Amino acid sequence: MQNTILRMNKLFFKIFTLTIGFSFLYFPILTLIAYSFNDNKRVMVWKGFSFRWYKELFQNEQILEAFYTSIKIASLSATFATIMGVMIGFSLTRISKIPARPFFIFLSSSPLVMPEIILGLSLLLFFISSNHIIGFPSSKGQLTVLISHITFSVAFVAVIIQSRLSSYDKNIEEAAQDLGTIPNMIFWKITAPVILPSIISGWLLAFTLSLDDLVVASFTTGPGANTLPIVVFSKVRLGLSPEVNALSAIIMLIVVLAAISVYFINRSHIKK
Amino acid sequence: MIKLNSNLMIHQYFCLMIRYLKKQNFWFVFTPYFWLVLFFFIPLALIFKISISVSEWGMPPYRDLFSLSEEGFKIDSTLSNYLFIFSDPFYIRSYLNSLSLAFTSTILCLVIGYPIAFYVAKSHANIRIILLVLLIIPFWTSFLLRVYAWKVLLQGSGIINSILIHLGFITEPISMLHNHYAVILGVVYTYLPFMILPLYGYLVKFDLNLIDAANDLGAKPVNTFLKVILPLSLPGIIAGSMLVFIPVVGEFVIPEMLGGSDKLYFGKIIWDEFFVNRDWPVASALAMSGIVILVFPIVIFQLMYAKYNFKNE
Repeated sequence: MQNTILRMNKLFFKIFTLTIGFSFLYFPILTLIAYSFNDNKRVMVWKGFSFRWYKELFQNEQILEAFYTSIKIASLSATFATIMGVMIGFSLTRISKIPARPFFIFLSSSPLVMPEIILGLSLLLFFISSNHIIGFPSSKGQLTVLISHITFSVAFVAVIIQSRLSSYDKNIEEAAQDLGTIPNMIFWKITAPVILPSIISGWLLAFTLSLDDLVVASFTTGPGANTLPIVVFSKVRLGLSPEVNALSAIIMLIVVLAAISVYFINRSHIKK
Repeated sequence: MIKLNSNLMIHQYFCLMIRYLKKQNFWFVFTPYFWLVLFFFIPLALIFKISISVSEWGMPPYRDLFSLSEEGFKIDSTLSNYLFIFSDPFYIRSYLNSLSLAFTSTILCLVIGYPIAFYVAKSHANIRIILLVLLIIPFWTSFLLRVYAWKVLLQGSGIINSILIHLGFITEPISMLHNHYAVILGVVYTYLPFMILPLYGYLVKFDLNLIDAANDLGAKPVNTFLKVILPLSLPGIIAGSMLVFIPVVGEFVIPEMLGGSDKLYFGKIIWDEFFVNRDWPVASALAMSGIVILVFPIVIFQLMYAKYNFKNE
């Protein structure tokens, strides 16, 4: 009897903690979505339900253009960062005789722990002086933002890839080698399929990191390369904007759809 | 003797390197490291160089560190930028504000995040996956928009004020925005997933039988927690804390959106020094001192990272 009460108490405490925790995480976002349907220019005064701000959002050239720029930079940056992250993951887990290994580990994980503002400042000053010395990059713009985003994303992708590589059985690769498979084939036929889920999640992480970045992009951007966070920040820095509410709701919808599809992909993967 | 020794070591190192390069595909291995050296370490070296240069009017607004003129080779360096920063209480206070903000919010994230991570990790496998997805969704949602959400909530005419008025706790809206409590709230809210996810990663591997074993042996719940659960999740605690502490020290967006003029933070000072005052040497010196202050947590993170991610090899 006493045991049952104890267990009920524990269960109650667990549900209570999780409810409070998740409400804290979701309350602000859900409020924002609710108010995106508010037909009033003053964000917090409820007037009536409407899609007015969604219509205005889709007519706002500045936001649409920034959205397009952001998607372009994020997908390119994620692709390059994933390629290099896989290379790093390989060199750190598969080549045991790499000289000065701690140094390479240090090299590849440093960007993880550098505050954005220092990273942004140093890259900007670097681009300015390299422009001074060798004339490249000729001006600040999408290219410089892309380079910066690749630089800080590589480390994150490398973490994901190398943890996957070091946790799966190396013997499969060695067995293939013993059976006379050439190294390239081993990679494409064995290693790549095994680490594919990590490659996908690495790519997605790099994509979101780039899409989300405001500070580094603000430093390294130039004319014609305003990314979405830069435009949104300029809109909400001093006040509220109902269009941004609508934008949040759309982004939330995309993220939820992505999360659900990842969930189902993972589930079918596990079942197999 | 020592010199000979070190020469020998360098020689050995190069032999190893050359033998190694012949065997492996050189570009496949080294391209990403070249990239990181070029776009991460050289820029850092560059801000160090600029931080010890003399300010000057013009473009770029500092004097070259090395100059070759008729009088010969000259090094024009100065520590005055650093002296300027550390003699002005304004800058020192902003460092301390940032450190205390990072410290407070790391503790709060840990206190709030630990029970959540613990219960999610202890849930039944089917529910756990759903809860994990629910944890990751805010992590994927734009950082800027999550900060903005609090700006909307905390407004004078915002929902929290309305609720408080309805409940009769207050009669007039109180201003909750533009102070450092709002900044702490925003930081805790946006960085909470960074704490929960590494904690979850360690707690999920944790064998629940250990708790039962401790209970059976007569340990009180408090002791079970302190002596069994806590030590085993320590790597997660340290990883999560570093992932919150380090970026928060340089945080710019949250103080800019939710904060007021009561406290100034390090990130904002660098931003203003660069974009408003256009004093590159002082901005660089501020960034360098920021790195120096963060060296200790960064080294802890690096050691942990190397230890726990590469222990199998």
